[in-house]
Order: sequence, then C-alpha cells, then structure tokens
Amino acid sequence: MNEIKAIDQIGFPILSTLVLLPGVIMILLGFIRTERALRRVALAGAVVVLGLSLVLTVQFQQGSSDFQFGEQVPWVESMGMSYHLAVDGVSVLFVPLTALLVVVVMLTSWASVRHQPKAYLMAVLGFECAAIGVFTSVDLILFFVFWELMLIPTYVLIRVWGGGARRDRAALRYVLSMLLGSAALLIGFVLLGVGSRSASGSGGELSFDLLVLMESPPALGTQTAVFFLLVFAFALKAPMFPFHAWLPATLVEGPVGMGVLLIGLKMGVFGFLRFVLPLVPDAFSTWSWLIAVLGVVGVLYGALIALVQTDLRRLLAFASISHVGLAMLGLSSLNASGLQGAVFLIVNLGLVSTGMLLAAGFIHERVGSTDIAALGGLAQRAPTLTTFALIAAFGALAVPGTSGFPGEFLILLGAFSANVWLGTIAVTTVILAAAYVLVYFERAFHGRIRSTTVDAMSDLRLREALTAGVVSVMIVALGFFPSVILDYTSGSVDDLVSRLDPSTTAATKD
Amino acid sequence: MDVTGIAPLLALLAPVLGAAGVVLLRNHTPARELCGVVAGIVQVGVVATLIPAVRDGGTVSFTLSTFLPQASISLRADALGVVLAGTAAVLWVLTTFYAMGYFGTAPVPELTRFHACLCLTMSATVGVAFSANLITLYLFYEALTVITYPLVTHAGTPEAIRGGRRYLAYQLGAAIVFLLPAIVLTYVEAGTFDFVPGGIFSAGSSGVLLVTIYLLFLLGIAKSALMPVHSWLPAAMVAPVPVSALLHAVAVVNVGVFCVLRVVLDVFGSDLVGDLGLGVLTLVLTSVTILVSSLYALRLDSLKGILAYSTIGQLSYMMLGVALLSPGGRTGAVLHLVGHSFSKITLFFAVGSIYLATHRTLVSELRGIGRQLPWTMVAFAIGAISIIGLPPTVGFVAKYFLFLGAIENGQWAALAVLSVSTVLSAGYYLRILRSALVDAPATMPVAGSGDASGHMRVPTVREPGALVLAPMLVTTAFTLLLGVAPGWLLGLIGVVSR
Repeated sequence: MNEIKAIDQIGFPILSTLVLLPGVIMILLGFIRTERALRRVALAGAVVVLGLSLVLTVQFQQGSSDFQFGEQVPWVESMGMSYHLAVDGVSVLFVPLTALLVVVVMLTSWASVRHQPKAYLMAVLGFECAAIGVFTSVDLILFFVFWELMLIPTYVLIRVWGGGARRDRAALRYVLSMLLGSAALLIGFVLLGVGSRSASGSGGELSFDLLVLMESPPALGTQTAVFFLLVFAFALKAPMFPFHAWLPATLVEGPVGMGVLLIGLKMGVFGFLRFVLPLVPDAFSTWSWLIAVLGVVGVLYGALIALVQTDLRRLLAFASISHVGLAMLGLSSLNASGLQGAVFLIVNLGLVSTGMLLAAGFIHERVGSTDIAALGGLAQRAPTLTTFALIAAFGALAVPGTSGFPGEFLILLGAFSANVWLGTIAVTTVILAAAYVLVYFERAFHGRIRSTTVDAMSDLRLREALTAGVVSVMIVALGFFPSVILDYTSGSVDDLVSRLDPSTTAATKD
Repeated sequence: MDVTGIAPLLALLAPVLGAAGVVLLRNHTPARELCGVVAGIVQVGVVATLIPAVRDGGTVSFTLSTFLPQASISLRADALGVVLAGTAAVLWVLTTFYAMGYFGTAPVPELTRFHACLCLTMSATVGVAFSANLITLYLFYEALTVITYPLVTHAGTPEAIRGGRRYLAYQLGAAIVFLLPAIVLTYVEAGTFDFVPGGIFSAGSSGVLLVTIYLLFLLGIAKSALMPVHSWLPAAMVAPVPVSALLHAVAVVNVGVFCVLRVVLDVFGSDLVGDLGLGVLTLVLTSVTILVSSLYALRLDSLKGILAYSTIGQLSYMMLGVALLSPGGRTGAVLHLVGHSFSKITLFFAVGSIYLATHRTLVSELRGIGRQLPWTMVAFAIGAISIIGLPPTVGFVAKYFLFLGAIENGQWAALAVLSVSTVLSAGYYLRILRSALVDAPATMPVAGSGDASGHMRVPTVREPGALVLAPMLVTTAFTLLLGVAPGWLLGLIGVVSR
C-alpha cells in the first residue's frame, strides 16, 4: 500500500483546502448583512469547492490502488494520532459528489428557505466541511472527529428548518441514534489500534493510521469483536435494516435540503468500504453471510414498505433502506463485480435520491404536500417537472440507460457468481423496486387532476429546471458511460478483493 | 468481411435528431411531422448502405462506450439485423404518413408527444437490431418498452391507462425477473456477453443450467408474445390504430422474435439447441401458442382483437421456424418476419380506415362494407391472404419455406400444426372477408334524425383521405411484390440461414 503525497502530485495540500474552504466561507457569512449578498457568497463558495473537487478528480491517477494527495502532520503522537488526509479510488468520487449536492441544496434553498437564511447556509457549509473530512480522513480518530462534527449542523438543520410538526423529536432521535453508533465506533477503533499493535508484523507502536492498520490485521477474535461494533455503527448510519427507524421520521420532518445530504451521501456504506472490509477482512469473509442475509431482508423489507407508502418522502426513505440492502448484498459477494457494483450504486444513489428529493421539494412547495391523496395529474400542469422526476425514478428502478443500471447489474453479476441462490433472491427483489416507483408515479403524475392546488400549480422556473437538469443529464450520461466511475474505483476495489481472499487471510495463519 | 463504420450509429441517431426536430417544431405543423419522415428516409438510406457489406456474411461494427469491464455498448450490423432494421425503417416512414391522415396535424401536445415517441421507438428498434452483445440488446430492449408506453396510453382514458399498465408490468416484469438473470447467468457460464454465430457456450457446460437459461430467455422476451407471456398484447390493443400497427408490425413484436432468433442462433447456436432437446421444447411451446391463439381468434368479434391473436400465432410461426433447426426453417422464419410486418400493417391500416370512415370496430358490423370502401377492403383482403399463406403474396413464400424446413428435418408434428393453423387462420379471416365482400350492407337509423325509430337506410360511407389510403396501398403492393419477386430479399436472408 503506497501513498503519493499531495506536494509531489499537485503542489499544494488540496484535501485540506477542500475541507477548510467551506468552513472559512461559513465564518465569512457571519459578517455579511444583506440576504442577497449572503446567498451569492454562499453559492459562489460552494461552486468554488465543486470546481476544486473536480480538479482533484482530474488529477487523480485512475486505476491505481494507491492513496493519493496524502498530507500528514503529527498530532498526538503518544496516542498514535495524526492529521492524515488522503483519497483512493473508493473515496475520491465522494468529494465531488458532496460538493455537487451542496450546490444543489443551495440552489433549491433560494426559493424554499425564507427563515434565517444565514444560519441555514452556514449549517449547510458546516456539514460540507465535516462530510469532506469524513471522506478524506485516513486516520481513524480524525475520521471520528469529523464523523461527530457532522451531527451538529444536521441537528440544527432538522430542528430549525424542518417542515414537520414533530421535527423536535425527529432531530433528537436522530442525534441520539447517531451517538449510540458513535460509541460503538470509537470502541471498535480503539480495539483495532490496540489489537493491531500486538499483532505480528507491527513495530509495537500504537497507531490509528488506516494505512498502517491495513498492513497488520489483528487476530480473528479481535477482528470479530471490531466487526460487530463497526457494523452496528455503520449500519445505523446507512441506515440498514434493522437499524433504520430514525430515517423516515427525519426525512419527513426535516427540510428537503437535509434529506438530500442524508440519503444522498451513503456514509454508512462508505464506512464499510473504507474501514470494515480492509481492516477486518477475515471477520468480514467469515460473517459475509450475515451481511448478505441482512442485505436481502433489507431490500425486501424496504421495497415492500415503500410499496404501501402514499407520501413521496416516506417512500424515498424506505427505498433508500432497500437500496442500501442491495449495496450490502454486493459487498457480501466478496468479488470485484459485487464491490464495484456497490460503489457505483451508492454514487448513483447520490444522484437519483437528489433528483427524487428535488422533485419532492418542488411539489411540496407548490401543492403543500407530497402525498398522493393530494396529487394526481401533475404531468398535465408541470410537464418539465414530470420529465425530471421520471428520469430520476428510472434511475431508482435501474432502467438500462440510466446510472441505476450498471451498479445493479454488477451487483447481480457478483451475487450470481458467488452463489446462484443469492442471485436469484436479489433478482426477485429488483422487481419490487419497479413496482413501488411506478405505482407512486402513476398515481401522482398521471390520471385526472383532483385538487385545485394542482390545477393552479406552475411548472419549474428556469433556475429550478437547470438544477434538476444537471442531475438528470448526469443520471443519463453515467447510464451510457459508467466507465467514467469504474475507472476510478477499479484499482482500489481489486486491492480490496485480494485482501478478502480467504487464502491470504490471517485466520489461516493463527 | 468485418469492418468498423459509423453507419450503425447513424441509423440509431437519425431518429433521435428527428425527435428533437419534432419537439422544436411542435407549433409548426406539418413541419413537425415531416421531421419524422425525413429522419425515417435518412434511416432507410443508411440501412440500405449497409446491405452490400452484410450480404456476403460481413458485419459493420461500432463501439459506443466501454460500458463495464466485462462488456461494451457495441453496435454490429449483420444480415439479420439489417433485415429487421430495414423493415422497421420503411414501415416507420409509412406509419408517419398514415398517422398524419389518421390523427390530423393539429399542433397539440399529444401529437407532438406521439411523433417524438415514434421517432425514439425507431432508435430503440434499430438499437436492438444492431446490438453486438446481450448488454446492448438489453439496454435497447428496455428502452423500447419505456418509450412505447406513452404510445399505448395515447388516448389518456382510464381504459388506455389500464391497458398501458398491463403492458408495462408484463414487459418490465418479465425482462427484470427472467431476461436479466438469463443474461447474467449466460455471462457466469460462458464468460462473455457477445453474440457469436454458432453460440458462445463451451462444451463442458451443465445441461440443466443451459436449459434453465434458455427457458429464462424465452419467458423474459415477453415481446415475442409466446404463451404464457402473451397477454400484454391484447391489453395493448387499447392504443389507437397507428400505434397498434407500429407495435405489431414495426417495432415491438418484431424485436421480440428477433431476440429469440439471436438467442437461438448466436448465444446457444442451432447445434447446442438441438443437442439439449430445446428445439423440440420450442416446437411444443410455439405449437401450443399457434393453436390456442387461432382457436381463440375464431370466437372473437372485435377486429383488433382478431388481429392481436393472429399476431400472437404468427410470431410463434417465426419462432417455430427457427426451432426446426434447418436452413429452410430459418429462411422461413426471417422471411415471415418481414412478410408478416408488411401484411399485418396493411390489415391494421385497413382497420383504421374502416374506423375513420364508419367508427365500426366489430366484424358483425362490417356487412357489405366492401362496396362502400373498395380500396380499403381490397387491401384488407390481400393482407389477409398473405397471413393465411396463399399465393401470390409474401406470406405464401414464407410458409413454403416453413413447410420445407419441417420436411427437411422430418418434423411431421410441426408440419401438422402448420397445416391445421393455416386452416384456422383462413377460418377467421375468411369470416371477415365474406361478411364485408359478400353480404348485403346493413341498414341503419338515419344519423342525426334524432329518434331511433326513424326510417332506415344504408348510410353513406366514403373512403378516408389520401394520407390514409396511400400508405395502405404501398404496404399492399409490397405484400404482393415480395410474393412474386422475393429473390433479392432471399439473397440477404440466405446469409442468416446458412
């Protein structure tokens, strides 16, 4: 496992810049008085971050399994901690994805957030700072710090700008759930550090550095304990069945912008890819059947519950649980197709969830509800909105030609290669996704206009259409050219798969 | 000779540009409709330029994107693909004219949507025809389902939406539950998605798995309307006539049969299909479909219903032909794909013409209509004769090859099925023709007299306009022309059946 330093690769600490820039802009916003200037500066800042993240992806060496753009500064050396940022094929794409979603959230807040816009924009930028930190940290403790920091803006966003009457409870429930997971995560990380120190091959020094820990996996007993702690933490965040209870409430009560960030960035699944697979590979191989079972149950459960939802945002919450289950299924197949599929799927979900939630936001703003009881016939009054919603919906149900298909196809390929029965179950679940998306779509968008608010509603304004248009174009483009993403991930995924290969595991050594 | 060229891509893109033109010129009729016509003519021309390259067994390939590490989105035109694409492109141009006559050319959004979807349907169809591997095929196969859905629900009535829902559910459901696993399992077993003449499976593959994959393919390709995945087709009859014509003759069902042909010829290969006993299995399934659908059609009164069940039976003729596993059978299958398209679209055009002139849709309402609509009923008669399989139409030539194919391989049961079903289809078509051409016209209450007890007379009926008649007569002419001079087409088909 090699690391390329940022100084050698691009000449300046680009990852630190990406993490700190949103924070700096956030502080800057505190000094701006007029609302107009406020929104402009915030958006300009978000666009600069997006541009910089694109520079990062362009400069990234594709197909390599190396960690790149590394920056390391000692922090608390006696505890083995350092400020260490780097990205590899698994994580690099989440940086531009985060930056893109933040730009989208800001554009939509233009019309929808009238209450305390300054604090809203500051919270969103704060979230961006922490999220990019999460995706780029390769020191476990540093990761944990960013992970916890994310809670603050999230809580504030749900609590202050939520649309629901019970947003107070939803916000509290979210934070308490996450803190429970964090506790497990921290214990798991410490166990890893300590377990790795006593493993053969390490120099006896305590370290929480991902690259160091990967070299010396702990004994299988420690791995198993760490595995369950980490799985609990990341499953709660993802959220994955049966740890999903907080998501529907949060999505319905919280503001749409928060929803985009929460279900658009699948940090729980990322946690699996970043820490669980490489750090406790033997435990993961041993328990992959459990992940597969939870994945399958999650896909089925999420899809079936989604089928009976009448509210678009609740539907999206359960669809997300279903999709996370599918990603887990991909991971559990332990082969390159399955892992590639899982990474592709969660990048796609970022786009698709954004498209769907944007549509939900547009509808809510115009009609005052996203429940099918209040809708029907939207296509007649808002054809542009319908078109964008349809493209996102097709992405969600994995129609070929959208970005939903390659990920799902690779996961099926991986599942069938691993086990024919696993693949068979996976396929039967895919059909349910088609069912819930189409049922909702038909009832909300087709048919007769039943309410006067729908009859009087307007189609998308230019800014809204452009926002939705960017997302739609990306959904279709990645549907035809998925190699744009797969070329980034292939090197790191191949490396991960070789770690998971049972013939080279520590389990056989002790 | 296998070469690389952009012609397959151009054939795919021409309709996309046409659709863009339709949307841009939505308020300028008939320029809007002419976008489709121009794109169609371009597509016919592009496909025609491919003929010299493929008629010696060559191919023209173009890779669009390296889709996955395992497979690319690749186009490859071969003789079979050119036959499907050419047939579809020619009939598309005619259907566009017919739709102008049938719907009119008012600058309303519904018609803009119709013409745009019509163009995109052609893109998807040609995409299937020129797919070089299973991934590309699946991509365009599903795109075809999605893009034809707004056409099926064109009328916007609750009935149309119901029919459309059934159409979508069957197509998407079968494709996801059966076709997608079939494709994935094929890759797991064969290690490739590419079509290779003679098949891609290695000798050591497990027989049970291969039979499973084959059955998954047959069930998954619901567009071929093989029983038991046929019931979307009658449900989709809620669509207006130009759409039905497109579904039955140009795009959807042809794509279904085409996919089955690809699977038999280029995924499994005729030899493997024979070794596994799958030829016999396919013969049984198609025979059941032919007989049941024919018997069912005998009892129907709805004109479009009869045509729908007739299509279900005729599609199984084609699949039966390829399952005979003999050159004659393959020639018959591909020729029938072309011949049925021209004959069936003639029948649909005629039914639409009857509807425009009289608003009648039932066989029992047609008494004596031949005297009032001579052109329409002559076209209908020639289309029907071709479907029954009588000379001098293309249907006869195709059926001749199917009989030949059955005899070549000693499939006497298949021969019996073909003979019996010929009699049955003659039964339901001649019933219509007798009623329309022989019976005396029915009398009706005088329209507009206000009370039902008014005096009775034969209503005046006039043939619809030239935009409806001309495309119908052109397809009729093709039906006859291919019947008396099939040589040049057989030259192209010969490449497939070798």
